[in-house]
Amino acid sequence: MFDMLQYKFIQHALLASLFGGISCGIVGVWVVMMRIPFVGVAMSHSAFAGAVFGILTGTNPLFMALLFCLASSVLIGPVAKRSQLDPNISIGIIFSLVLGIAFLCLGLIKGPRTEALQLIWGNILLLDRTDILFLIGSCGLVILFLILFFKEIRAVLFQRELARASGIPEKAFFYSLLILTGLSVTFNLNTVGGLLIFSLIINPPSAAYQLTYSLKKMFILSSFFSVTSCLAGLVISYYLNVPTGAVIIITSSLIFLLCLIFSPKRKKVT
Amino acid sequence: MIRLKDVTVSYVDHIALKSVSLHIKKGDHLAVIGPNGAGKTSLLTAINGLGDVRQGRVMVKGEVINKRNIRKIQRISGYVPQNMNIDPRAPVSVFDVVMMGRIGKIGLFRSPGKKDADIVKSALELCGIEELALRPVGRLSGGERQKVFIARAMAQEPEILLLDEPTTSLDLRAQKEIVSLIDSIYARQKLTVVFVTHILKNIPLTCNTCCLIKDGHIVFFGNRKDALKTERLTELYGCEIALASGLSYV
Ligand SMILES: Nc1ncnc2c1ncn2[C@@H]1O[C@H](COP(=O)(O)OP(=O)(O)OP(=O)(O)O)[C@@H](O)[C@H]1O
Ligand SMILES: [Mg+2]
Repeated sequence: MFDMLQYKFIQHALLASLFGGISCGIVGVWVVMMRIPFVGVAMSHSAFAGAVFGILTGTNPLFMALLFCLASSVLIGPVAKRSQLDPNISIGIIFSLVLGIAFLCLGLIKGPRTEALQLIWGNILLLDRTDILFLIGSCGLVILFLILFFKEIRAVLFQRELARASGIPEKAFFYSLLILTGLSVTFNLNTVGGLLIFSLIINPPSAAYQLTYSLKKMFILSSFFSVTSCLAGLVISYYLNVPTGAVIIITSSLIFLLCLIFSPKRKKVT
Repeated sequence: MIRLKDVTVSYVDHIALKSVSLHIKKGDHLAVIGPNGAGKTSLLTAINGLGDVRQGRVMVKGEVINKRNIRKIQRISGYVPQNMNIDPRAPVSVFDVVMMGRIGKIGLFRSPGKKDADIVKSALELCGIEELALRPVGRLSGGERQKVFIARAMAQEPEILLLDEPTTSLDLRAQKEIVSLIDSIYARQKLTVVFVTHILKNIPLTCNTCCLIKDGHIVFFGNRKDALKTERLTELYGCEIALASGLSYV
């Protein structure tokens, strides 16, 4: 078991699992509680589109990914409001738009497209120091925000209108939550990839929800499940020589299944 | 306390309140009565800053509501909305929900202290739901939930209490309980209460003034006795209304 720790890339992957896992676990709870699960897919594909755009234009892909992601996170609210549609629909519209941009840019890239395609699947084993630093930074930001504003976040997640009615700057919090979600998704793009990150955002909080009625515990459990999935994926894929991202996702789904089966909420009162 | 001057509230494609003027004095208990779609909810949202006031001025405690003072005004007005779509699965307890009423008052970067917990406890007691404190709020009956949201508003220690049809979709006993709860709150604390309803028999006893509203206009504003007259109500609702034994509503 410990022989794998001697490699630099494994050390990086472990750090990525820890910090990426925690931030996905936390933003996942926001997304699930606000009932906008597809924001995860929309944002990861915005980031993907941005990165491909960056590769195509020769600008920094990470920067472009971040820019695209933030742009779509601030667009979701206004598009939903103006078009009088459910936020989930406006998220769908933004998703299809960025997907179009991504494929357009992908088509325009000359020569081999390995770097761009890499972003779809991600590879937790190819991370460098900067990737890790960004992951740690975004994770720190997410945790800090959660701790500083826990009571406001809970109120906004529970009922936005009611939060606003009692004098909480609800809009500022709503958009901060979306932007931090975008940030976490972008920096996790390299680990599990744009396609798979969705399940890392949805599965752990849903599993946590099976076990508790307390939002605080839900945050902790969700982060724990997310980190566990990443670590398990890493170890299993190392020994079985299979794609890491896929194992991470399958593990997180299995955790959900286990929580569902053993959920105390489903015990009948006799 | 609350003064509306030529206030127009509109939604994207619809004007819900047309140039309405109104004065609610401090310590008044006003009932707002009118048929569905009359603009009752819109009136409340004009007062607490949730609605889109296109024209006119809304003044609360002598201050015209604007972007800067809106939060301050929202913190002194407890609001019980009409249809709250809360997630029935939300992992939030009754105690947490009532505590949410205090968050604006507590302010950013501070966590609720003992004083806040005490205020929440007495709000729960006031509404008779202490024993529900630890239950998840999604797992309550309609009447219990309504009390939770009244407790939430009261935990705000409001100077103004805005209630939007707190008795609809409740059974008769629950309706009575809510109405007498409002009566006792009003009797105990010197609040300004605005009670919206379309169920005439649910107008609280302590309510002294009535505002009848229809199609975005105020058709009558005055004391309770004058408001609840058969002809007036028949016209308001556009159908024959017989006040059973007349006096029970007055
Ligand atoms: N979100 C909305 N978008 C567009 N129009 C709206 C919206 N909400 C209300 N309206 C319209 O505004 C008018 C006033 O609505 P309001 O909700 O104030 O009525 P109300 O008196 O509270 O009715 P009810 O007794 O049914 O609650 C109605 O004609 C309604 O059609
Ligand atoms: Mg209404």
